[in-house]
Amino acid sequence: MAGILLVEDDPSVRTGLELALTRQGHAVTAYATGEEALDHIRTRRPEIAILDVMLPGIDGVEVCRRIRRLDPLPIILLTARGDDLDVVVGLEAGADDYVVKPVEPRVLDARIRAILRRLESASPDRLVFGDLVIDRGALKVSLAGREIHLTPTELRLLLELVRRPGQVLTRRYLLRAVWDHTHVADSRLVDACVQRIRAKVEPVPADPVYIHTVRGFGYRFSPP
Amino acid sequence: MTWLPSGLRGRLVITFLLVAVTASTVVTGLGYQIVRRGLLDRAERGAVADVRETLSRTTLPIGVSDVVWPSDTTVTEDDLGQVVHALEAPERTVIVTYGRLLRTSPGFEFTIADVPRRLREQAAGRLVHQRVLLRRRPWLIVATQIQRETGQGVVRPTGLTAYVFVPLSEEDAVLSRLRTALAQAGGITLVLALTLALLSARRVLLPVRRLGAAARALGSGDLHVRLPVRGRDELAELTATFNETAAALEETVGELRTLESMSRRFVADVSHELRTPLTAMTAVTDMLSEDAENLPDDAGEAVRIVVREIGRLRVLVEHLIEISRLDAGAARLHRETVDVGDALADCLEVRGWADKVKLTVPVGLTFSLDIRRFDVIVANLVGNALNHGAPPVVVTARVRVRPDASRGLEVTVRDHGKGIPEHALPHVFERFYKAGADRARSVGSGLGLAIARANAELHDGSVTAERREPGILFRLWIPTP
Repeated sequence: MAGILLVEDDPSVRTGLELALTRQGHAVTAYATGEEALDHIRTRRPEIAILDVMLPGIDGVEVCRRIRRLDPLPIILLTARGDDLDVVVGLEAGADDYVVKPVEPRVLDARIRAILRRLESASPDRLVFGDLVIDRGALKVSLAGREIHLTPTELRLLLELVRRPGQVLTRRYLLRAVWDHTHVADSRLVDACVQRIRAKVEPVPADPVYIHTVRGFGYRFSPP
Repeated sequence: MTWLPSGLRGRLVITFLLVAVTASTVVTGLGYQIVRRGLLDRAERGAVADVRETLSRTTLPIGVSDVVWPSDTTVTEDDLGQVVHALEAPERTVIVTYGRLLRTSPGFEFTIADVPRRLREQAAGRLVHQRVLLRRRPWLIVATQIQRETGQGVVRPTGLTAYVFVPLSEEDAVLSRLRTALAQAGGITLVLALTLALLSARRVLLPVRRLGAAARALGSGDLHVRLPVRGRDELAELTATFNETAAALEETVGELRTLESMSRRFVADVSHELRTPLTAMTAVTDMLSEDAENLPDDAGEAVRIVVREIGRLRVLVEHLIEISRLDAGAARLHRETVDVGDALADCLEVRGWADKVKLTVPVGLTFSLDIRRFDVIVANLVGNALNHGAPPVVVTARVRVRPDASRGLEVTVRDHGKGIPEHALPHVFERFYKAGADRARSVGSGLGLAIARANAELHDGSVTAERREPGILFRLWIPTP
């Protein structure tokens, strides 16, 4: 049961998805335009947003970007094409995941649940890597004393990486661990998410000191 | 450019050379003959006149009566020696005969046997001469029976026959020099003719070569190729025709391409337009399936048909969009190094096929490929095997070196069903191909294998099908980039 914000301009698709997601136990609020959706977010914050990319007025990617400026709310893009450009631009704009139309409600539900999976805050320890401090109990990250806002997906990926410092984790492993393996090894999800984390925690994102790329394999967290 | 005479160029050069050689041979040959005859005639005339004059000046007190006639027996060899002496000159040697008697200039190397018989016979009546080769040197032999004029003015033969040998070595030397000079001139002419022939053949054939190159360019798809038209000859006409043909071809091909791209865009647009209603339908199919349980039998069956056909429609539209993207050349390859075993396992697992397919992959096998396209290829091959073949479906992967030394990744997908006839094998990759009535498309879009092949080709690879007993083996080949 999650409060879902759905933005979709086509009335049939909107109603259909609303019906299906409601049947699966979610509380759905649906809108036809990005503008309406953004107004809604300010008054009542949903747990997750599902945005159609092709929207009249401001498009889904732009809505995603604007939400991201205010809120680390999880976002799933509903793309009409699965086109590389759409996906890449969407992930760069801060989307956590994407699904390609026509999507089966079961699949969409699985994605939603994977993203909303509660982070286990079992270990109440604080990890300190130079300026970077990760509080696994409070699920908070700070860099040089300033708190950093990560989306749940970003936080989950970062926690996965710091769990085994110095070890190379493959994209496939990270996809399974963080996204619940709902995609067929779409490593772009991992790559885009790592880019977003770097933009927030790395002093120079282009020359990372925390999260290193291991070409052909995956990523390795090794503090300076 | 080859230097051996071949084709048009060779024929042109050979013809030119033949004409040049024939012409120069005829001209020099005629000239040489004229010069030779002139030289020799002059030498002959001089020699003959000289002999005549010498004879007329000579008075010979030979014999008893001062008058010699053929039967006079008083003539001695010394008398003949006098005649020889009278006729001798620095450039002349003489043999004189009288009946059986014979006298030769002292130290002379030839004998009367060297004089042709015919000449000896003719010499009895008049003054004759002939050129002969003796010991490989040219000589002129002037032969005559010496006549005497009696006191009464009667001319009578004396029976004395003189053979005067005049060497023609000077003339021969001149002619020899002339021959050498002519041969040299001939050689130079030949070289000049060859050079000229090559140059002019090149010049004549240059437009032909340009036309050839342009035609090849046209053939390989450069429809913009045109040639400058120079002059008004046949080649210029041909060039103009070529240009017109190329323009016509370009226009036609342009129209065809426009039509083709329009129809492709139409397919792409239609597929995209179908997607929105399909999304709405797909969104509610799960609910319909669940509720179908509570409907009366016929209504429930109707709902199940709708749900199933929506699924097929969805696959068909997906495939149409995929294939129109491949057709439009919009598909790009994103290679990355991938664990092949993981990729194959993911592909099967996501589609719920992991239990139905036996997968054999070496541990840690990595390869550079576009993971999503690889997934599409394998999914279509395995889906085809599951839908149309029979279990067990076996998938293997390995890196191998082919007999042609190319290295790459080979993935095989094998089912154990009834297979398809040999003649149908090459067609299974065609769009909407139906391999026999029993393989009617109850499942699948009819585009899966075409998409698999197109994606393999995007990797510079291939997908092929082979008959097995039982079943079919599909072989995906992706060469190492």
